[in-house]
Amino acid sequence: MATITIALMDPPYETETTTTAFRIIDAAVRKGHSVNVFAYEGAVNLTMADQAPHPDPVKGTSVEEQDHPTTKDWIAAMFKAADGRLDWVNCGLCVDERGAGNWIEGPRRGAPKDFVEWVEASDQTLVIPTK
Amino acid sequence: MGKKVLNILETGYRATVEEQDDTILWLSSMFKGAGLDVTLLLRANAVNYAVRGQDASGLRFGELEVAHPPEIDRDVEALLEKGVAVHYVSDDAVQRGIADSELVEGVKPISKRDLPGLLDQFDQVWHW
Amino acid sequence: MSKYLVIESRDPFDSADVQNLYELAGGLAEQADELTVFLVQNGVLPTRRGSAAAGQITALAQRVSVVADEFSLRERGIGRDALAEGVRVADVETLVDLLAEDGRKVLWH
Repeated sequence: MATITIALMDPPYETETTTTAFRIIDAAVRKGHSVNVFAYEGAVNLTMADQAPHPDPVKGTSVEEQDHPTTKDWIAAMFKAADGRLDWVNCGLCVDERGAGNWIEGPRRGAPKDFVEWVEASDQTLVIPTK
Repeated sequence: MGKKVLNILETGYRATVEEQDDTILWLSSMFKGAGLDVTLLLRANAVNYAVRGQDASGLRFGELEVAHPPEIDRDVEALLEKGVAVHYVSDDAVQRGIADSELVEGVKPISKRDLPGLLDQFDQVWHW
Repeated sequence: MSKYLVIESRDPFDSADVQNLYELAGGLAEQADELTVFLVQNGVLPTRRGSAAAGQITALAQRVSVVADEFSLRERGIGRDALAEGVRVADVETLVDLLAEDGRKVLWH
């Protein structure tokens, strides 16, 4: 089984890249690989604990009817499914400038040196840029 | 021995005033400081990063002045001084009417045709 | 001996930079032992047989493995029978297998 390090940059709700990244992470852990995620720039917003679902006035649906997990919920679910094989670092300076410091259980604060250490120790590194 | 990494930077001026720098130039510097063997390739509109004389000063929002605007050309020079090789795709510079004489000293041109050979020299190729 | 995985997520009609990526893939094909171009997200849009870039995609597929993400195609209503010649379809598990392969360099655009 491989150890794959992935760098993300996109914040939630802005591009399809977030969904694709989650699909890759989820598939990798289900296959038994270990995955490290370095969340850089806007990607630190993916794990914010204060994200909240909302009703949809266009569809006329309530919060319950929407049943709409936010990105932090998807990430929490992946942590649970990964059973210890998912490590997630939010770049600390990126967190500070975005006020994104209140995150769900699982991710930890880090820095580019953590990414470098992972790169050297991993079998593969995938950088998923923002546009 | 550590991995050799090529950082490719394609999009220029992405949030550079908000950040007061370019986040990938900054990250490349941090990577170098952390011991990674990293080389930078500027392509597409990011080739403009190597142009001398960029000036983003003078912005103000309400009464709040942007006191420390980005100095991208100086950041490129700083990377070179730190020992990070900086290449730029010459075809992309020509396409944008950028003459060699406008560029900071030390950046190395490479043609599109020669890019595969460059990529082959690295263990990892990261596109930002 | 080099192996590459080039992941293209963008539509060539959206950004001229995608043409650069296609050209780079073509150049890498000359020297790499194996190259897979994996199209995801709007990167699958040119794979429609009738697209203005279909010929380019087919030409690329004659030199390297060109794979379109099953989910991205389905999300855009592009049927497997509507694809340009040479394009294969695979799921994200295949992408992960390629990522996990020893010695493969991966580049996401």
